[in-house]
Amino acid sequence: MNDEPNPEPQETPSFDFSSLGSGTSYRKVEEEPVSIEVHDLNLFYGEKQALFDISMNIARHRVTAFIGPSGCGKSTLLRCFNRMNDLVEGVRIEGSIRIEGNDIHDRQVNVADLRRRVGMVFQKPNPFPKSIYENVAYGLRLQGVKSRAVLDEVVERSLRGAALWDEVKNRLDDNALGLSGGQQQRLVIARAIAVEPEVLLLDEPASALDPISTLKIEELIYELKDRFTIVIVTHNMQQAARVSDFTAFMYMGELVEYDDTNKLFTNPSRKQTEDYITGRYG
Amino acid sequence: MSIRAWYSSGTPFVWLTAGAVSISVIMVVGLLLMILARGLGHFWPAELHLIEYRNADGETQTLLGEIRESEQVPAVRVREAGYPLPDDAPELVTRHLFKVGNRDLYGFDFRSVVGLGITGESLPAGATAIERRTWGNFYGFPVRLEQGGEVIAEGDAVWEKLPPLVERAHALHEEIRDLEQRQIGAINYEQERVRLAERRLELEGIDDPAARQEIAESRAALQARFEALQARLAELREQEARDTLVMRSADGREVPVALANLVRIYRPNTMGVMEKLGFYGSRLWEFVSDEPREANTEGGIFPAIFGTVMMVLIMSVLVTPMGVVAAVYLREYARQGPVTRLIRIAVNNLAGVPSIVYGVFGLGFFVYFLGGNIDRLFFPEALPAPTFGTPGILWASLTLAILTLPVVIVSTEEGLARIPRSIREGSLALGATKAETLWRTVLPMASPAMMTGLILAVARAAGEVAPLMLVGVVKLAPSLPLDGNFPFLHLERKFMHLGFHIYDVGFQSPNVEAARPLVYATSFILVLVIVVLNLTAIAIRNHLREKYRALEG
Repeated sequence: MNDEPNPEPQETPSFDFSSLGSGTSYRKVEEEPVSIEVHDLNLFYGEKQALFDISMNIARHRVTAFIGPSGCGKSTLLRCFNRMNDLVEGVRIEGSIRIEGNDIHDRQVNVADLRRRVGMVFQKPNPFPKSIYENVAYGLRLQGVKSRAVLDEVVERSLRGAALWDEVKNRLDDNALGLSGGQQQRLVIARAIAVEPEVLLLDEPASALDPISTLKIEELIYELKDRFTIVIVTHNMQQAARVSDFTAFMYMGELVEYDDTNKLFTNPSRKQTEDYITGRYG
Repeated sequence: MSIRAWYSSGTPFVWLTAGAVSISVIMVVGLLLMILARGLGHFWPAELHLIEYRNADGETQTLLGEIRESEQVPAVRVREAGYPLPDDAPELVTRHLFKVGNRDLYGFDFRSVVGLGITGESLPAGATAIERRTWGNFYGFPVRLEQGGEVIAEGDAVWEKLPPLVERAHALHEEIRDLEQRQIGAINYEQERVRLAERRLELEGIDDPAARQEIAESRAALQARFEALQARLAELREQEARDTLVMRSADGREVPVALANLVRIYRPNTMGVMEKLGFYGSRLWEFVSDEPREANTEGGIFPAIFGTVMMVLIMSVLVTPMGVVAAVYLREYARQGPVTRLIRIAVNNLAGVPSIVYGVFGLGFFVYFLGGNIDRLFFPEALPAPTFGTPGILWASLTLAILTLPVVIVSTEEGLARIPRSIREGSLALGATKAETLWRTVLPMASPAMMTGLILAVARAAGEVAPLMLVGVVKLAPSLPLDGNFPFLHLERKFMHLGFHIYDVGFQSPNVEAARPLVYATSFILVLVIVVLNLTAIAIRNHLREKYRALEG
C-alpha cells in the first residue's frame, strides 16, 4: 500500500500557533472516555516493518488528528482501524486494537460489520457511478433496507448532516460524478454517516480539494464530532490545529508524541515534534 | 546529415503510419464496393437482346437473352475453343456471357457468344422475361393466354388480361404454401408427438387402455384434419393449374408456362427507370425475405439470415455468463500465482486454435457424447432416430461459444482490472462484502468491457463457417429453428447459415454461372448482418459507458 500517493508540498506554517489557547489548561487523553484502544501494534509489509509498538487511546466523540511526514505510517495506522489492510497481500499485524471494548481481530468479528461500524472517507472523492440518491442509500441497501420511506428519510438526514442537502435536493437522481470535487467529498461523507457508524476515519479528506471546499469539510468535521469519534489523517498542520482536539505526531512508523492539540502545537515535549511543526524538516 | 535530420524530424514515420492506414481503408472500401457492385447489380432488370448469331458450325441461330458479362480474350483461345475466326480478326476479340434462359428447351442457361459472330442485334419491345419457380427464367414472346384449354387472349391483348390472373395465381400459391408448410407441418409435428407418446408408453411397459384410447383418438382426429387439408390442397392445386400462358421462344418453339409456375413477368426493354427501380426493390426484398428455390440459385436467403442471427444470439447468451464468471474468478478470487498465470496463458492461446478443431471437438463431445446421452436419458422413445444426438443449432452455438470464450474472458478481465481501487475500497468501507462489492459496483462498471468482448465474439462467430459444417449447418433446412409449434424454439434443429450458404452456392451449385452474383449478394448481406449485430452491441456499450463513466483524474 503506497501510503500517500499524492504528497502535498509542505506548506510553510503561516498559522499563529501561539494563539491556540496558550495559558489554558490542556486536556488529557487519559481522562476522556475511550473509543479506540491500540495496544503494542506492530505491522509488517512482508519483511518490512511499517508500524512500531503503537499504543494509544482515542477519545470518544473527539477529533483526533494524525500528522507526520509522508510514509510515516499514519494512513497505515488509520486503515488498521477498519481492517482495510486485510486487502493488502502480505500484511501481518501484531498487537491488539479494541473498538468500544471489542477486539477487532477476534475470529468472531465480521469484517463487513466492523467496516459498517467504522466508516471511512478517502483522500480522493470516490462516489460510485450512480445517482446521488443511490450513493447515499448504498450502505442501507446492503443492509437490506427496501422501504422507500426509510431510504428517503435517511438520505435526506445524511445529506443534511454532510451540509450538502441544499445543493443537491433538486437533483438527487443525477449522476454523482457530475458534482464538483468538494461536493463529491461531502457526498462520500454523507454516504459514510448514512449507516450510522460509531467511528469515522478520514484519510486526508481535503487534500484534493480547493481552499473553499476544504473550509466546508473542516466545518463539517466540527459539526460531526458530537455524534462520531473522528480520526483524521492530514498533511496540513493548520488543518490539524483547527479541527482536532488531540493530535498524534508520527515519524518513521513510531508514535512520537500524542497530546492535546494545543499543547502539541504550542508546547511540544519532544524535539522531533517541534522540528516538524516549525517546518525544520518534513 | 540532411537525411538524418529528415529522419529524426519524424516525417517518415508519419508517412509510414498514414500509408498503413490508407492501405487498410482502400482495402476495406474496395472489398465492400466490389461485393456491392457484383452482388447488387444482379437484381437490376437487364435488357433483352435479340441477336443473330453464327455458331461454331457456321449455322445462324436466333438468341434472346441478357448479356451478363463481356470480356476481351485472345483470338487464339477462341480458335482453340473450336470457334472459327476469320484470318483478319484482331488479336483480342470480345466474348459475351449470354444468358439465354429456357433451361427446359436448351438444357443450359448460359452460353458464350463471340462478338464477331453476331450478325444482327436488336432490343425488341415485346421481348418478355418470366421468372419461374422451376426451370429458371424463360425469355421469349407471349403468344396467347389459355384458361382451362380455351384461348382468352392473343398477341398484345395478353397484357391486358394477365395482371389479375397473375395476382390470383400468387394468392393461390400463398394459400397452398401456408397449407403445406404451416398447417400440414403442424399436423405432422403433432402426429410425431403422438407417435412418440405411444412409443414412450411402450418402452415404459405401461399398458393403460385409457391412454391408448386417448392416443388412438387424437391420431384419428389428426388424420381427419389432415385429410380435410389434403382435399382442400388438391382443390387449390386444380384451381391454380387453370391458366396457362403460351410463349414463343426466340427460335420459334411454343412453350406453355403455367401461371402457377410464374413468379414475375416483365418486358425489360420497355421499362422506364422508375419502373426498373421499383422492380429492383421488389427483387431485393424477395432476396432477403424469401426462401431459396432451385438448389439455392434462385429466390431468397431468409432462412440463412435468420439462422445466422439466431445462432449468434444463442451463442451470446451462452458465452457472456461463462466468460464473465471465469474472468471474475481469475481476476478477483484466484490467488495471483504461477498457476493462475498458466491458466491465463492457456486461455489466451485458446483464441489461436484453428476453428475447425473446435468443430471436431463440438462434434465429438457435444453432438455424440452429450447429445447422445441426452437422447438416451430424455428421448428414448425417438431412438434410433436422434433428437439432440445429431448436429443442430444448440451444438453449433455452444461450439462457437467455446471458440469465442477467450475473447470475452480477456476483455472482461481487462475491464475488471481498470476499475479503480478507490471504488472497491469505498464499497468495502461501507460494510459491503467482496461479493456485494462485485455485484453492486464492480461488475456494472465493467459491463462496457464485457460488451467489448461480446462485440469481438460476435464479429468472429458470425463469420465462422468451418466448425459449423460439422455441428449443425445444412445446405437446405426444411424448417426454421423458431416456429409456431410448441415449444417454439427448436434447439435441436439444423439450420442454414450465410457463410455456409456462400460456400454452397458458390462451389456446390449445379449452375455456377447463375449462382455467382448470388455469392456476392449473399456476402454483402453477411457483412451487413455482422455490421448490424456489431452496431447494436456498440450502441449498448456506449450507453453503458455513459452510465458508468469511470472516475477521471
